[in-house]
Amino acid sequence: MPQRPPQGGSAINITSPIEPEIIEKLTAGTKVLISGVVYTARDAAHQRLIQALEKGERLPFDLKGQTLYYMGPSPAPPGRLIGAAGPTTSRRLDAYTPRLLAAGIRAMIGKGNRPPEVREAIKQHKAVYFVTIGGAGALLSMSVRKAKVIAYDDLGAEAIWQLEVKDFPAIVANDIHGGDLFEQEKAKYQRGKK
Amino acid sequence: MKEIKASAITQAVARLCQEANFVLGEDVLAALKKALKTEESPLGKEVLSRLIENAGIAQKEQLPLCQDCGTAVVFLEIGQDVHIIGDLYAAVEEGVRRGYAQGYLRKSIVNKPFSARINTKDNTPPVTHVEIVPGERLKITVMPKGAGAENITKLAMLKPGDGKQGIIDLVVKTVDEGGGSSCPPLIIGLGIGGTAEKAMLLAKKALLRKVAEPNPDAETAGLEKEVLNRVNALGIGPLGFGGRTTALAVHAEVMPTHIASLPVAVNLQCHSARHKEAVL
Repeated sequence: MPQRPPQGGSAINITSPIEPEIIEKLTAGTKVLISGVVYTARDAAHQRLIQALEKGERLPFDLKGQTLYYMGPSPAPPGRLIGAAGPTTSRRLDAYTPRLLAAGIRAMIGKGNRPPEVREAIKQHKAVYFVTIGGAGALLSMSVRKAKVIAYDDLGAEAIWQLEVKDFPAIVANDIHGGDLFEQEKAKYQRGKK
Repeated sequence: MKEIKASAITQAVARLCQEANFVLGEDVLAALKKALKTEESPLGKEVLSRLIENAGIAQKEQLPLCQDCGTAVVFLEIGQDVHIIGDLYAAVEEGVRRGYAQGYLRKSIVNKPFSARINTKDNTPPVTHVEIVPGERLKITVMPKGAGAENITKLAMLKPGDGKQGIIDLVVKTVDEGGGSSCPPLIIGLGIGGTAEKAMLLAKKALLRKVAEPNPDAETAGLEKEVLNRVNALGIGPLGFGGRTTALAVHAEVMPTHIASLPVAVNLQCHSARHKEAVL
């Protein structure tokens, strides 16, 4: 499968799960290429993870230090590991995020901005929120090297997948210092009064 | 009178569902390439070039452009001299079922939306809009509509005195609230006039127009331009990463309305602006 180097400036290579020392160095706007293991979770999977946490049930994977990718792929055509695999809107998951960060999640990949309470939780738990290229599902699927459903198969597109990715392109959107990519970049290009 | 078999409709819908998900329209691609030339933000430029690259990969590999293969919105223009042999709605639904299965497209439709939310597993039912037109042809348009942009949609029943400024403010506020979540650069569908439901349908149908083709009415075309300039002054940029290209185009459709009303619908289309049509 093709390797696609980033354009317009260099990106730093990081490995997931991401070491705390690395997370501390990441600042909003930094481009990264992520390699390693990430777990997918959308709305329904988030609900089930939270329910399991509330009831003290066993979780489908150990959340400590892990990276969540807000994604529900299209089915794998014959000869492929996975179909299109781009991010879904993060804001629908905001209500669950502080709880999952408290339970050990340290990185999230999605699209779109996060509200103040999530950004605060990211600071508090020394975590990171990345955004990747929304709507580039075909391109992003090229970074997937291994893929398997590990939980909630009955949810179809919303099952939890364990993915092994290689050079998955992303940008730091929220860091441990309270930085926010969206506010930062919008301010540069905004014209006149709103 | 022309006779069209329901099975022919099924076949056409199945093919269009796949084509629309694999092949980005030439007009959308051209608009992205044009934006790449004018965009000032380095991250914005990078997004645009990745989206163009994505379209190439999707077409070559027959992979969906986006994993959200959408709600299948189907527009039918049926000539009044056409006789359909078989069940029209069932034929369209079967076409969606087959298209999404054969194309390995994601099935994203759930039953019982406010409670159990059980996936129907075949992306049915579609949302089908039928219009009777003169003549003896059947035009089918399939628009796989992703939820990211659809979720940002707004309907406002403005006061007649709110006028043009009211419309501009509504669109700017809607796009600003959507930020990067609606997957800009957007195509903004605007439906003005009629009643609440008619305004929304106008907004959605406006999205089918060739990207950036202005409304034939000069005043409406002027409004489209003004709204576009205002939206692109927000600084949101491609995917919210900053820049000048928050929208590629504004398409407005207008119809008469009640003396007491000014219905305005804003239906957003993400950059993965997918629709394909066929005529039987």
